[in-house]
Amino acid sequence: MSEIPTDLRYTKSHEWVRLEEDGTVTVGITDHAQELLGDIVFVELPEVDMEYTAEDACCVIESVKAASDMYMPITGEVIDTNQALVDEPDMINSSPYDDGWIFRIKPADEDDVEQLLDASTYESEIADE
Amino acid sequence: MSQKTALYEKHLQQGGKIVDFAGWQMPINYGSQIEEHHQVRRDAGMFDVSHMTVVDITGEAVIPFLQYLLANDVAKLKQSGKALYSCMLNEKGGVIDDLIVYYMRDDWFRMVVNAGTRDKDLAWINQQAEKFNIAIKERDDLAMIAVQGPRGREKALQVLPVDVAQAAADLDRFFGAVSGEWFVGRTGYTGEDGFEIMLPESEVEAFWDALVEAGVRPCGLGARDTLRLEAGMNLYGTDMDETTSPLISGLGWTIAWQPAERDFIGRAAIEAEKNNGPAQKLVGLVLEDKGVLRGHQKVIVQGHGEGEVTSGTFSPTLRQAIALARVPAAIGDHCQVDIRGKLLSARVVKPVFVRDGQSCIN
Repeated sequence: MSEIPTDLRYTKSHEWVRLEEDGTVTVGITDHAQELLGDIVFVELPEVDMEYTAEDACCVIESVKAASDMYMPITGEVIDTNQALVDEPDMINSSPYDDGWIFRIKPADEDDVEQLLDASTYESEIADE
Repeated sequence: MSQKTALYEKHLQQGGKIVDFAGWQMPINYGSQIEEHHQVRRDAGMFDVSHMTVVDITGEAVIPFLQYLLANDVAKLKQSGKALYSCMLNEKGGVIDDLIVYYMRDDWFRMVVNAGTRDKDLAWINQQAEKFNIAIKERDDLAMIAVQGPRGREKALQVLPVDVAQAAADLDRFFGAVSGEWFVGRTGYTGEDGFEIMLPESEVEAFWDALVEAGVRPCGLGARDTLRLEAGMNLYGTDMDETTSPLISGLGWTIAWQPAERDFIGRAAIEAEKNNGPAQKLVGLVLEDKGVLRGHQKVIVQGHGEGEVTSGTFSPTLRQAIALARVPAAIGDHCQVDIRGKLLSARVVKPVFVRDGQSCIN
C-alpha cells in the first residue's frame, strides 16, 4: 500500500503539491507514481523562470522502462528545481515526498492549491485504477 | 488469449509484476529491475524463459536440412552438445528469427527460437522440411529456467538432480548436455556465465524453489533486457526483423560463407548485398550527455545522413545511457541523437558494453 500524506494535495496525474508558509508551492510525484514507474534513472527538470499553465507537460521522468511526462498541477512560474536529482534521480523512488521533491513554483493564485484533490480523494482515485 | 508458464503462480507469490510479453503473462520485475540487474552481474539471478520455443529436429537428413535452413553452418559442430547461434533467413535475406541450435547426435538437433515468432517459425520450418526426411517436434512439455551470473553455475549445481549435475559440471561454454528428460546448456542472454536449464514442467516449481533456497534471485524480463543490451546482444523484432539483413544488424559474423557451394536460404540476396557493400551497419552508442537513449530516436551522422536507435536504455552497470543503432556505414566515432528535440552527443563504440561483469568501453 503506498503512502499518501494527509497534509498534501494531489492531482489525478499523480503529482503532489505542498503550499509552503512563504506562499510558494513545492511539487513532486506520489509514492504510487514512483512505484508504477519503477527505478528512476533521469529527470529532465523544467527551466527556472518558465511560466506554465495547469496541466502543461513541464518535466520528463525516465525510469529504466520508459519516459513519462509530468504535468504542472497549477498555473505558476518555476522558481527552483531540485538539482540533487541530476546525480541521484532515484531519490524520487526512495523519498518521493521529501528529498525527491522536483520543483518549486510561485503560483498565479494560491487558492488553486485548495482546488486539488485531498488525500482521501486521491486514495480512492488510485484504488479505481 | 494470453498464456501462462508453469511458474506463473510462483511469480505472483514472489511479487512479480506481470505484463503481457509476446502473448505470455510474464514478470517484468519483482520490485526493482536495477537490483535484479546487479544481482546477475555480481552474484546469481534466474529468469523463467519457459515461453521460449524448443524444437527437436530428428532424422537422417537433419544435417543437410539445417545447412539449408540456417545462415550459419551446423557442419561446424563436431562435438556432441555444442551450440551454434544462427539467423534463419527468408529468400530476400531478411531475418525470420535468430536462434540457438544444439548438436545432440547426427540425427538429433535441438533448436531454441523466440516466443513471439513461434507460429511463423514453425510454419516456415515445416514448409522447408517437406523436401527432407526429418521429423519436427515442438517440446512444449519442457519448462526452461536461465540461471545467470558469476555464481550461477555453482549455485545451480548444488540443487540440480545428481545425475544432471554430473552432466552439467564439466560443460565448456556454449555446450549443452542431456540427462534423462533434463537438458542443461552453458549459454545465456546476459553476458554472464550461467546455465539454461530445460526440464519437465511437472518438476519446475520444486526446482525453482530449490534455486531460491540456494540464493538465486528471481529476475524479470526488464533486467533481462538491460543485461542483454549491455552485453550487445540483439533482440529480435527490435534490432532486426524480416526487413533487415544480418549484414546491417551486426550479425554478419554469424553467416558461414564457406563452403561457397553450401546453398542456404537467403544466400543469394545477402551475397549480393555484401558485394555491393551494405549501406548501413549496427553500432553501439554511449550517450555523453545526460539523458536516456530509447528505441526509434533519430541519429544524426554529420555529412552522411541519418540513422535510428534500435534499442536503448540506461545501463545500470555503466550508469549512463547506451544503445544499439542502425546508422550509415560511413559513420565516424561520434554522432548526435535527437532526444525530444534536443541534439545530444553520443560516442560510437563496438556494440559490446559489458561482459563478465566488466565494462568493455573505455
